[in-house]
Amino acid sequence: MRKEATRKIREILVSLPSLFWLSLFFIIPTLFVFAIALKPGNPYGGIGSGWTLDNLRALASPNYLAVAWRTLWISALSTVLCIVLAVPIGYYLARVSTRSKGFFLMLIIVPFWTNFLIRIFAWKVLLHPEGAVKKILVFTGLTGSQTSLLYNSGAVVLVTVYTFLPFTILPIYAAAEKFNFELLEAARDLGARRLQAFAKVFIPGIRRGLTTAVLFVLIPALGSYVIPDIVGGPGGEMVGNKIAQRVFVDRNLPQAGALSVVLILTVLAPLIGVLVGQRKRERPESIL
Amino acid sequence: MSEFLEFCNVSKRFGPIQAVDGVSLALRKGEFFSLLGPSGSGKTTMLRLAAGFEHPDSGRVVLDGEDITDLPPNKRKVNTIFQSYALFPHLSVWENIAFGLRVAKRSKKDMETEVEAMLRLIRMDDQAHKKPDQLSGGQKQRVAIARALINKPQVLLLDEPLAALDLKLRQRMLIELDMIHDQVGITFLYVTHDQGEAMSLSDRIAVMDSGRIEQVGSPAEIYEAPQTSFVAAFIGDTNFLEGEVTDLIENEYCRVKIADTPGVICFNDKSMKPGNPVYLSIRPEKIHISRDRPEESPRRNILPAVVEDMIYQGSTTKYWVRTYGLRIQVLRQHFRYFLDEKPIRWNDEVWIWWHSDDGFMLDRYRAVDKHLISLPPRKVGEAEGNSEKS
Repeated sequence: MRKEATRKIREILVSLPSLFWLSLFFIIPTLFVFAIALKPGNPYGGIGSGWTLDNLRALASPNYLAVAWRTLWISALSTVLCIVLAVPIGYYLARVSTRSKGFFLMLIIVPFWTNFLIRIFAWKVLLHPEGAVKKILVFTGLTGSQTSLLYNSGAVVLVTVYTFLPFTILPIYAAAEKFNFELLEAARDLGARRLQAFAKVFIPGIRRGLTTAVLFVLIPALGSYVIPDIVGGPGGEMVGNKIAQRVFVDRNLPQAGALSVVLILTVLAPLIGVLVGQRKRERPESIL
Repeated sequence: MSEFLEFCNVSKRFGPIQAVDGVSLALRKGEFFSLLGPSGSGKTTMLRLAAGFEHPDSGRVVLDGEDITDLPPNKRKVNTIFQSYALFPHLSVWENIAFGLRVAKRSKKDMETEVEAMLRLIRMDDQAHKKPDQLSGGQKQRVAIARALINKPQVLLLDEPLAALDLKLRQRMLIELDMIHDQVGITFLYVTHDQGEAMSLSDRIAVMDSGRIEQVGSPAEIYEAPQTSFVAAFIGDTNFLEGEVTDLIENEYCRVKIADTPGVICFNDKSMKPGNPVYLSIRPEKIHISRDRPEESPRRNILPAVVEDMIYQGSTTKYWVRTYGLRIQVLRQHFRYFLDEKPIRWNDEVWIWWHSDDGFMLDRYRAVDKHLISLPPRKVGEAEGNSEKS
């Protein structure tokens, strides 16, 4: 009993610094945002006195609902596309020779040498009506000359998938690297077809990597601001853009706070889901 | 006694390594057949060719009269026990065993009755809900066996299934494997580098080296009548004597001049003529040793020797003696310990003798196989040098 108590105390002591850091730079600011969301605004762009639920009620307007819905489906679709692309790539990376592995991993990491913003601007150039991609597509007859590749939800999904694909490949590759490929042979031996073995044995075998990969795309995609701002146009706006507009254009901080509250809760939902799922299996494992 | 699983002139190359080199082999229905060889001898490749994980560069694999060379693993009526068992870690024991039936889309009722039957066969009815990482090595092994057998394979392929177990468990699982083979009555193809396992389980053994089959036969044939120097040296231990036939004795026997010996009498089953070079293999336990000169007998080779080294091994003692410049190892079993007996010591002058039928002529001899024999090193560091060459 005594030992148990000292162990507890030691655990608390060790986690105090990080708890302090988290409180100061994450929990307290978040609580400020929650508080501001419940305050009225004032005409000078500041925060008024008293408390109100008006900001939250305003979120029910069809305009916000449409943007929220778009944010959800763009994020979900980007996540699904990333996973669909990353699983075969991760599988392949885990199986190729060490030499080719180094080469392909470098190809995945090279884009990080260029600034994120510059890469998104590069996409803007590519997708532009006078850009290379558009010209090739029109030349090969795959799209008409009137079709716009830029400033719509499709462009946002494309650039989101491009941006987050490395973040999905790496955790899936890390999990696949630890996977015992003899299990696939065992499944084939027991009568499973190639795809059956893949779905029934490989996918469950890398589920930790998959969870991480999903969180790595879904969470930042929900909070996207730069990508829809640059390639999305009015038809590709997401919640992040609305928050920015409230802050920079209308100077309505409480309204921006209310939007943020919704976004924070939406982002927390999948995380909490994963944690609860792990608690249920009674085998606490790190998300990574 | 018809051929059931046949390898017809099968070859397989991995980059610069010829893993299997034109092997032909036929297993009979229901037999326990072992592929025995050192690591890298191609025995596991043979098993993978039978399972369908590898496709031969040339040659055919035939199962029960049907050419299965081009069939994928899931279409073959063979199942494999992997060395690491390869149990699915995310599935329970029950689901692991049911895997084959599930992918075959069998009815739920069938699945339940057959899985229960298998669980009873391996005596694990009460562990069905456990995950593989909660099982002991022996239990994992039994689940792997049940998971393979539930598909009613025509041949069960076992890839060094006991290698991961500790000694005592290995001996018990050996007997369990034998009992399971008796109960299910299907053909077993067993791959191992452990001659003890192969000897005690098999109906027949094929000894492999460098992608080729050296000899096929019953355990007794392999041990008592090795045809090549590799088989003689790899299975058990032996002495190699190199000599030349000098004269024939009553057609059946011949005299062989070995080093400076006055001549050794040997059974001439290879119909050698005077002048032919021969290589003899004599098992150490067939050679007798004593201080007193034994009685002369026409079929007995008696040589004077000096003890160079000896190792007491409990039930036996191993002696290395020198006779006419030859180093020979002798194994002597202790039947009874005589307190008044003066034991043989280092540098003692002794007599060694063996019956002429126990010196076995080899069909093929390679000098490198000498290194497989356990000769004591004569200086520090030599032992390692030997093992590197082998």
